[in-house]
Amino acid sequence: MSTEAPASGVRAGFDLDRPWQLHPHLSVRPERFGALLYHFGTRRLSFLKSPALLTVVRSLGEAPSARQACRTAGVSEAELPAYAAALQTLASSQMITARVSS
Amino acid sequence: MTLPLVEQFGYGLDAPICLTWELTYACNLSCVHCLSSSGRRDPRELSTAECRAVIDELERMQVFYVNIGGGEPTVRSDFWELVDYATAHHVGVKFSTNGVKITQEVARRLAASDYVDVQISLDGATAEVNDAVRGAGSYATALRAMRHLAEAGFRGFKISVVVTRQNVGQLDDFKAIADRFGAQLRLTRLRPSGRGADVWDELHPTAAQQRQLYDWLVARGEQVLTGDSFFHLAAYGDALPGLNLCGAGRVVCLIDPVGDVYACPFAIHDSFLAGNVRGHGGFASVWRDSELFAGLRRPQTGGACQSCSAYDSCRGGCMAAKFFTGLPLDGPDPECVKGHGERALSAAPSALAPRPSGDHSHRSRPVGPAGANGPVPVSIGARPPADGGPLAARRPDRGCDESPLAGFRPLT
Repeated sequence: MSTEAPASGVRAGFDLDRPWQLHPHLSVRPERFGALLYHFGTRRLSFLKSPALLTVVRSLGEAPSARQACRTAGVSEAELPAYAAALQTLASSQMITARVSS
Repeated sequence: MTLPLVEQFGYGLDAPICLTWELTYACNLSCVHCLSSSGRRDPRELSTAECRAVIDELERMQVFYVNIGGGEPTVRSDFWELVDYATAHHVGVKFSTNGVKITQEVARRLAASDYVDVQISLDGATAEVNDAVRGAGSYATALRAMRHLAEAGFRGFKISVVVTRQNVGQLDDFKAIADRFGAQLRLTRLRPSGRGADVWDELHPTAAQQRQLYDWLVARGEQVLTGDSFFHLAAYGDALPGLNLCGAGRVVCLIDPVGDVYACPFAIHDSFLAGNVRGHGGFASVWRDSELFAGLRRPQTGGACQSCSAYDSCRGGCMAAKFFTGLPLDGPDPECVKGHGERALSAAPSALAPRPSGDHSHRSRPVGPAGANGPVPVSIGARPPADGGPLAARRPDRGCDESPLAGFRPLT
């Protein structure tokens, strides 16, 4: 589980089957435990608590869907709900945004 | 699967998340509680080229943003140039100011940038309370700057308040001022650092006021920022929003105007000096190799606090507050909510408390505002004349008392 603090938006569900991308004002800094994120627009700091989640997040922009980004990063079906929850938290704080399919 | 984040941070990061950078000791004000004892410019101040080199390093290290303060940073003639240089190099800027240079034109320019945030210092919701600490006219200057920012459409700039015994009763009024200008209120803790050491006894909130402050903050949640500076209050029960951790030398630090690197903005003393950015290897080398920082990143013992049930919440409180009140670093915070700090203070003669290492205070003795009833003691000179009179010179503003972790929210 990668979420330290329960986020309010988790229950709303996360659309794993659509494409996502990092917000253009987001800065990502890899760390031993995962990564630090800073959003220059909202001035919010956040973190990813595992390197695997960092791999997923970094590949969102090129993957056809979040589900595919998770699969490529080696996330198992059993782990998927935890990743969806983490991604939902990122979406609710605008760290990642829905991408229009191309 | 991994350590809790707070422990990860406790062991330090390869680079600070953000840091405080006091650009100058020069200041048009002479606030009685100035953390950096500012007033006069230091002739050894980093040059524009040296500041740029520091920014280049911060960019390489991916430091997200710097909290620029002073002194009054905007009195540096290259201030705007350095702000532009930082943002162009992906280092965000939050700067603290008393508002003296925030003209309508400057406000419009600031409102146009996503990468610059502004903090206006205000230590009273009325001119009377504010000016007793920050000097005559400083309330009007701050309010004028806020009006300019609001008129320019700068939403969500910060109004930064150091909570004192005299203004803790004005919390709702501060919030109303922030709401009026579309700004966000930020409350921070009074530290016995710099000239603050001289006034701490008279200005720091009483135990009852601390409880009142805590309840007020809990009720406001994330509407009000605190720079995570009140984590010692977590011992009352629920933690306040943010990271409840002393980040000194672990995730934050301070660069002072002459390039000295200290563990935190509240600890300008040789005991917390890690190195200088002018040295071989620059700032990165100080951050990564300093013995002082290595020591701070090793597991800390709780010392006298270890057996306290609240230790997991408050973690012994603020290192700088302990140091400058003469308390041992592994004991209770002087404002420990359990009262352990008060007991320790009464046993420790304050004459033995360490003095700040540097003093850039204006040499001429400022005169207090007419009819001021607030305390205006300083380290040198007599009390202000009772009849007030014009200000010959003003006390330095402590522009930035920002914990570099302000606004931090562990989300994902």
